[in-house]
Order: sequence, then structure tokens, then C-alpha cells
Amino acid sequence: MKHIWQSRSGRIGLVIVGTALLIVLVSLVWTPHDPSRVVPADRWLPISRDHWFGTDGAGKDLFSQVLVGARTTLFVVLASVAIAAVIGLVMGIFSALAPRWVGESTVYLIDVLIALPGLVLALVLVAALGGSLWTVSLAIGFGAGVVLARVVKSETHTVLTRDYIVAANASGSSTFRTIGRHIMPNIGPIVIVQLSIIAAFAVLAEAALSYLGLTPVSTPSWGRMLQGLQQSVTVHPWAIVFPGAAVVLATLGFNLLGDGLREAMDPTLRRRTATGVTGPGTTPPSESLPSELTVVRP
Amino acid sequence: MTLFVIRRLGLLVGALFLSSIVIFVLLHLLPGDVARVLGGTEASPERIEALRAELGLDRSFLEQYTDWIGGILHGDFGRSLLNNKSVLDELTSKLTVTAPLVLFSSALAAVVAVPLGFVAAARHRRVDGVALNVASQLGIAVPSFFVGLLLVVVVSVKWDLLPAQGFPTDGWDDPAEALRALALPVITLAISQGAVLFRFVRSAALDVIGQDYMRTARAKGLTRSQALVRHGLRNASVPIVSILGVQIASLIAGVLVIERVFQLPGVGQMLVTDVGTRDLGKVQGTVLLIAVIVLVIGFVVDIVHGLIDPRLRAVG
Repeated sequence: MKHIWQSRSGRIGLVIVGTALLIVLVSLVWTPHDPSRVVPADRWLPISRDHWFGTDGAGKDLFSQVLVGARTTLFVVLASVAIAAVIGLVMGIFSALAPRWVGESTVYLIDVLIALPGLVLALVLVAALGGSLWTVSLAIGFGAGVVLARVVKSETHTVLTRDYIVAANASGSSTFRTIGRHIMPNIGPIVIVQLSIIAAFAVLAEAALSYLGLTPVSTPSWGRMLQGLQQSVTVHPWAIVFPGAAVVLATLGFNLLGDGLREAMDPTLRRRTATGVTGPGTTPPSESLPSELTVVRP
Repeated sequence: MTLFVIRRLGLLVGALFLSSIVIFVLLHLLPGDVARVLGGTEASPERIEALRAELGLDRSFLEQYTDWIGGILHGDFGRSLLNNKSVLDELTSKLTVTAPLVLFSSALAAVVAVPLGFVAAARHRRVDGVALNVASQLGIAVPSFFVGLLLVVVVSVKWDLLPAQGFPTDGWDDPAEALRALALPVITLAISQGAVLFRFVRSAALDVIGQDYMRTARAKGLTRSQALVRHGLRNASVPIVSILGVQIASLIAGVLVIERVFQLPGVGQMLVTDVGTRDLGKVQGTVLLIAVIVLVIGFVVDIVHGLIDPRLRAVG
């Protein structure tokens, strides 16, 4: 935590993510107006002391809508990051530890799944299951999880070549014990950085999916606000700024937090490349990329 | 090299086959029945059974799959469950909008982001390098549809320069009109893709700058930029080509959203609409086509890798 605070990106990221959490907590107990109450007399009110962000074409308070929208974003972020972590760790560690041909077929399957763009996968799942927040989170988490699996697999491979693994095996440590005591702690930092990037991706993906109208109509969300406000963007261009800025800030927050985490853990990362373990030419192209290169975007 | 290409080709064919299974399984094993949707909520159980038989949904899983994949191998991507139109015909007409959109925007993104990435890496401690980096960080965080909306507000509404929405109904009969309609979508996609590409190029170039051969190049009397162009470019190009391949996948995802923003009658709009109406026949054909495109591009990227860096051919 202290190390994250020392990097500028980490500091800004922590502040933004912390504020977002605070907003969600506040929105649970208080919003200035009922975000879904239609007040025909109050259509397109400008920014005022009563309506901090003004109102939309139905007279609904935009500030309250942004506050409540943060809940949906946070829910999808937490759920999809958790799903991605489970899929990524299980598939990644399994394919690294399993017998050679099993592991290689798993990696092959992962590569095929990566070929389906995350948002397209989300569309397929929504088509099959119908759009609920869980479906959306499952889709985002699954798409990000297979990408994470690839990173986990190559990191685990690196760890497996270390002497302490040989020592653990020699002293009769069970597979699960080796995973828990030696593999997880060593791939942990990289996985955490990746999860923070996945969180940023989830913010964008949720916004995109709800903008496309694939989340439930009743769920307030920034993407859905933008979809509604777009219809009158020629007359009231200002309104889109607020939900748009909310998406940008949330994404930026998680991305910067990821940068901060990376910098905080830099000594290990730097040592890893310095010893040439991931040097050019020794690994296939997709694995020789720096870990930063696994950003996906919708 | 021939062996390398053959091996990659084998992997490609396997991946195509596997992805068709994944798509089919995802769309068929999960709950939700097209017959029920088609019949409406009022339909009697007998009517739904009849519909299922008509659509071939009552046959075994394997039969349905072989039927579908057999059709595709003969160039038949199936028919829409709702209006019985050929999926392939509709796809080809939609591609006249989507393909130029993808090609132009990736070309624009590459032309701008690659040189800028190198500049930012070479000057990563100077003000301009840092400024570029911050700008790209922002570019990544802004959702593409928001960029699109902002461009519409400024370029179309304020300046009245380009059309805000739509595509000429007569398609490319009037190329100038069609290009004008595509201008804003292309710029929007190029901005959000370019920001990601920029970061990859920058970090690839930064990696190269730290290498010993760059110090050697400087030591034998080359300037920084000479060393970067002569020795850095080729070495950095391996990860950059990888990224161009990966980006195609995210570009296609971006197209889904951008076509909605600008109301372009392309593949993305069609897919979103089909998902809304649960026209699974069309969805699976369209998604398979997307997977095929991404996998084929991945294959091409691998081959290009082999051409750039002979060491990678052996790893296979």
C-alpha cells in the first residue's frame, strides 16, 4: 500500500477508485433526488444548486442518475474481476502443471477463445441467456479470464523452473501445497496488476454493453444514460459530458491503480527481465510481450 | 520456412474447427429457445413443437452441428430464423460498410501511433514524451462511443462539416458521399485504437532502447535517432506486429459500438439487432465469420513474424 502511494499514478488511481467506492456507499443511503422520478415540468434544466448536473429530457436529475449508475458499474467490475480471476488462475495453473499434451491443448483452446473478441462473446452470451447483470459480468469475466489464463500460464512456467520448486518437490510437497505456498505468492503480483487492468476493461465493457441496450432496462447505468441522451445531443450537447466523464474517470482510476501496482512491484519485474528469462527469441511472440501488453478494450 | 507455414496452417484449420464448436455449443446448450421466442408468449405447446420441428431444433445436437458446418463448408452460412434470408447475402452487403471502416481506421491508427510511439519512447524523460504518454492514457480510458458523440457535437453540430449519422442508401454509388459518411466513424475508431497501439509501440521501443546493441550502435558513433531507426525499428517490430494482430479483434468489437453511434448499416449493427431479436441462426453465422477473420489475421501475423525474425520459425 505504501509503495503504491509512492508512485504518482498509483496515488491518483487510489484516490479515484476510493472516491468511486465512497460514491457508491453514499448513493445507497442518499441521492439528492429520486433518480427515476419523471418530472415533466423540469425538462432539460441547466446546472443549478438544486440539480448539480441539470436534468434530462424527462426531467430526471442527472447527478442522482450518475450516483446510482456507479453501483451498477461497481457490481459488474467486482463480479467480472472475480470470475476472471477464477478462470484465469485455474486454467492458467492447470495448463502449466498438467502433462504436456493436456497443457498444450488447453493453451490451444485458450488461444481459440481469445480469437472471439470479448464484446462479441458478451453478445453471444446475452443472446443465449438474456441480458442480466450476471450474464454481462459472466461474459466480461470470461473474456478477460481466458486472456489472464495465458499470462498466468507463462508466469507459472517461469516459476516452475526455479530451484525452490525442485526443492519443494524433493521434500515431498503435494501439488496443492506447492501451488499455495510457492506458485501463488510468486505469480500473485502480476495477477493483481492484470486484475486491475481487467477492472478498467470491465468499466468500459459494461458502459458499451448498456449503451447498446443489452443490460436490463430497469438498471440505471452510465452507458444507458449516454444512449438516452444521444437522442437529443444536437439540442442539448452538454448533458452527455457527465456520464461520459464518469466512465472516463472510473476507467482511468483502475488503469492508473494498475500502473501504480506495477511500479510498486517493479523490483521483481525488473529483475525478471534482467536475467533474460523473458528475453527476445527464447519464447514465442505472444509470450515475449511485456505484461502491460495484455490490455484489451471493448 | 515452408515447414513453418505448413505447421501454422494446420494449427489454423484446427482452431477454425474448434471455434465453430465453441460458438455452436455456447448458442445451443444454454437455455433459451428460438421457437418459444418466434411463437410468442401466447403460443400453445403444440405450436412450439411444430416450430421446433420446422427449424430442425428437435434433431440431435450432433446432427444440427454437422448440418450447420456442412453448409458452411459449401459456402452456406445458414438462413435467418425470422425472415429466412440468406445470412451470407446479408453479411456481404453489410461488409461493404464495415470492411472499409475497419481498414481505414486501422491504417490511420497505425500511421499516427507508430511514429508517435517511437518519438515518445526516445524522449520519454522530456516534457513532450510525457505529454504524449498522458494523452494516450486518457485516450485509453475514454470509451469509443463517447469520443464519437463528442466528435458529432463538435464537427457535425457546431461546425456542420460532416454528416452526424447514417450511410447513403445507394451505398458506394456516390463514393464521395460514402466517404464523408465514414469520415467521423473512422476518426473515432482510429483515436481509441491508436491510443492503445501507441502504448504498445512506446513500451516495445522503450524495451529496445535499453538493449546492449543500442549502446553499441551509439558507441560506434550513430546518433540516438539513427540508432533507433537502423537497429531499433526491426527489433521492436516483432511485438508491434503482434499487437496489430491482437488489435484487429478489439477493432471488431469497437465496430459494434461505433456503428450504433453513427447508425451505420454494418455487420456490428446487424449483430446487435439479431441478438436483440434472438435470431440465433444469424448470430452464429456472423460470430463465426468474425472468429474466422480474427484467426486468419492471427495466422498472417505469425507468418509475418517468421519473416521478420528467423529465430521464431524454429520455435514453431
